[in-house]
Amino acid sequence: MRTIFFILQKEFLQIFRNRAMLPIIFVVPVVQLLVLSFAANYEIKNLSVDIVDQDNSTWSRQLRDKLLASGYFSLNRQTFNPKEAYKDLEANKADLVLTIPRHFERDLVRENEVKLQMLVNAINGSKAGLANGYATSIINSFNRQIRLDWLAMDEDNAPEHIAVSSRYWFNPDMNYKFFMVPGILVVLVTLIGAFLSGMNIVKEKEMGTIEQLNVTPIRKHHFIIGKLLPFWIIALFELSFGLVVGKLVFNIPIVGSIGYVFLFAAIYLVVMLGMGLLVSTFTETQQQSMFITWFFMIIFILMSGLFTPVESMPGWAQQLTLINPIAYFVKVIRMVMLKGSGWADIRYYLGMMLVFAVVINSIAVWNYRKTV
Amino acid sequence: MRQFIVFVRKEFYHIFRDKRTLLILFGMPVVLIVLFGFAITNEIHHVQIAVLDNARDTYSQQMIRKMTSSGYFTVKQNLRSADEIEVAFHKGDIKLVVVIPDHFGDKFYHQKKAPVQLLADASDPNTGTTVINYATAIIGQYQQEMTGKLELPLTINTEVRMEYNPSLKGVFLFVPGVMTLILMLVSAMMTSITITREKELGTMEILLVSPLRPVLIIAGKVVPYIALSFIIACIILVMGFFIFGMPIKGNLLLLLGECGLFGLTALSLGILISSVTNSQQTAMMISMMGLLLPTILLSGFVFPVESMPRPLQIFSNIIPAKWFIIILKDVMLKGAGLRQILLPTVILGGMTLFFLVLSVRNFKTRLS
Repeated sequence: MRTIFFILQKEFLQIFRNRAMLPIIFVVPVVQLLVLSFAANYEIKNLSVDIVDQDNSTWSRQLRDKLLASGYFSLNRQTFNPKEAYKDLEANKADLVLTIPRHFERDLVRENEVKLQMLVNAINGSKAGLANGYATSIINSFNRQIRLDWLAMDEDNAPEHIAVSSRYWFNPDMNYKFFMVPGILVVLVTLIGAFLSGMNIVKEKEMGTIEQLNVTPIRKHHFIIGKLLPFWIIALFELSFGLVVGKLVFNIPIVGSIGYVFLFAAIYLVVMLGMGLLVSTFTETQQQSMFITWFFMIIFILMSGLFTPVESMPGWAQQLTLINPIAYFVKVIRMVMLKGSGWADIRYYLGMMLVFAVVINSIAVWNYRKTV
Repeated sequence: MRQFIVFVRKEFYHIFRDKRTLLILFGMPVVLIVLFGFAITNEIHHVQIAVLDNARDTYSQQMIRKMTSSGYFTVKQNLRSADEIEVAFHKGDIKLVVVIPDHFGDKFYHQKKAPVQLLADASDPNTGTTVINYATAIIGQYQQEMTGKLELPLTINTEVRMEYNPSLKGVFLFVPGVMTLILMLVSAMMTSITITREKELGTMEILLVSPLRPVLIIAGKVVPYIALSFIIACIILVMGFFIFGMPIKGNLLLLLGECGLFGLTALSLGILISSVTNSQQTAMMISMMGLLLPTILLSGFVFPVESMPRPLQIFSNIIPAKWFIIILKDVMLKGAGLRQILLPTVILGGMTLFFLVLSVRNFKTRLS
């Protein structure tokens, strides 16, 4: 026990003696959290729109006002000339061109049907999809409104219909940051856990100092615990630090019990440290270890549901998330913080994480004995 | 010159001897392209929903069947009371709960109004919005079926055309994105680490007292990585072209030249990092936090720059990746020539020069 304590002391001294490490541990995560939370934003607002209003009637102006009042669109140019608008589309100045044809109002009344034309700049596919969705729903609601006005009806004696009302639970203001911040905390903790721990052990190998350690009375498990525990502590500290920053800056809700988050993080970190250890057992240089970890981490992070929902992935990719520890943590931290899920809801995930921890660490330790 | 060639050869040996890194170096672009191409999407299908059907009549069941047969939704759970809704959401998998009132069909035909409630799990706001939009559209269609063909007066039809990318493929965004990312990784991160490695192991001193001039030592360290990143860029282009049909409308030579330019920018950044750090760990963390993450986040590759707050939008201008992605998109999708992309090219070139001068000056002060 005393041995472990001394190794821990040595490791902490080494970590904190490195001047560059302190900002990396304390400043960078805050910056990351702030920048990432603002940048990782799929919320699309302020789409610029060109309106070609060739009709210039009451209804066409109403439609334009309704579109601009929605908050999603801002007017880039209003013109009579479709070519001008098309040029804007080409030069990326407009995301959307809405053409209201001549005699829009007259034809609507006389022929009961009229066509609008909408051109969407679709180089960014998901953005174009959302732009189209917003614009179409605004046009549809405009359509319903003028129809009711024309028929002199109101909602109550309208023709038979299903009145759909929708509620957004757990995040009624649709604040994208509430969704992202917990996920980013996971990434921060992962970076510390998986990268630094692995590199730290390989560093001893690369410098040749591991041989010196091997001939001391230090036992293998002393060494491993002594190497990993500092990063476990630092990462948990980082998590609390990040939670405080998230609470103060973004006012993220913490509906569930924060204890579950820490409990899960504690086990999750054992998994990540185990991965770092495993990588360090079959690499010789820090460059190698960093590169291999990076390769797996980027795959794990991209497929964790952090940015894009897991449900959208094809079947084989969804199967892969079953062995992705990051996916579990991202899901659980969001469930607990945003929805207030309790013990019964996260029990299963916690169990899975324990299994990961045991399996990975056994492989790593077993592999470690053989190589040294 | 002969000495220089020998030195470069030595560096190549180092790289080729390390089979694991080499494997990952070439495997990474392939894996990333496949992931982005097939696995990473925002579109929804088979979203798990729960139904609280208080009516249990033909109409309500038909409506649910209509929702599931669309392929967008799968009914995971049938709830019996409103109390179960929250429990279902807490489990984590249910994204939408449809609440149908009692006597649904009756209400529809006699009271002319049947209220249906959609409750979405909006902890992910975008999925929440999309799920509700889709469900509303399907219910709207079903309503038309229930009323039968009814000529509605005053109908506005919207004809929508998706310009430049009719099938809304994400490939046009992620091929340039992955390319930028990998060039950044190989050129900047790997170089900074290999140079700091010499410092950390103390072999840098040995190199410095050798007859080779310091500039040539650095150049020798970088040349292999230039070659590697160039090959990888070509692999990505070929994959994008043959697997995903990413067009290359502009001049191929111009495109490759621009790739080379960006490779240089990344290299100069790598050298700069290595000149201010002494340990590999620090070099890695700096290049990861300072180069890779901004490249992923602020270049408009994953997240649209327009929806970021103003300061970040301005800040994104100093990220080389942003300009490179603009160049790639213009040349590949729009077939732009050198004249159209002159501004981003000059900016990239200027950045490269700036970083190079800065790092050479930094490097010299360390020597004295």
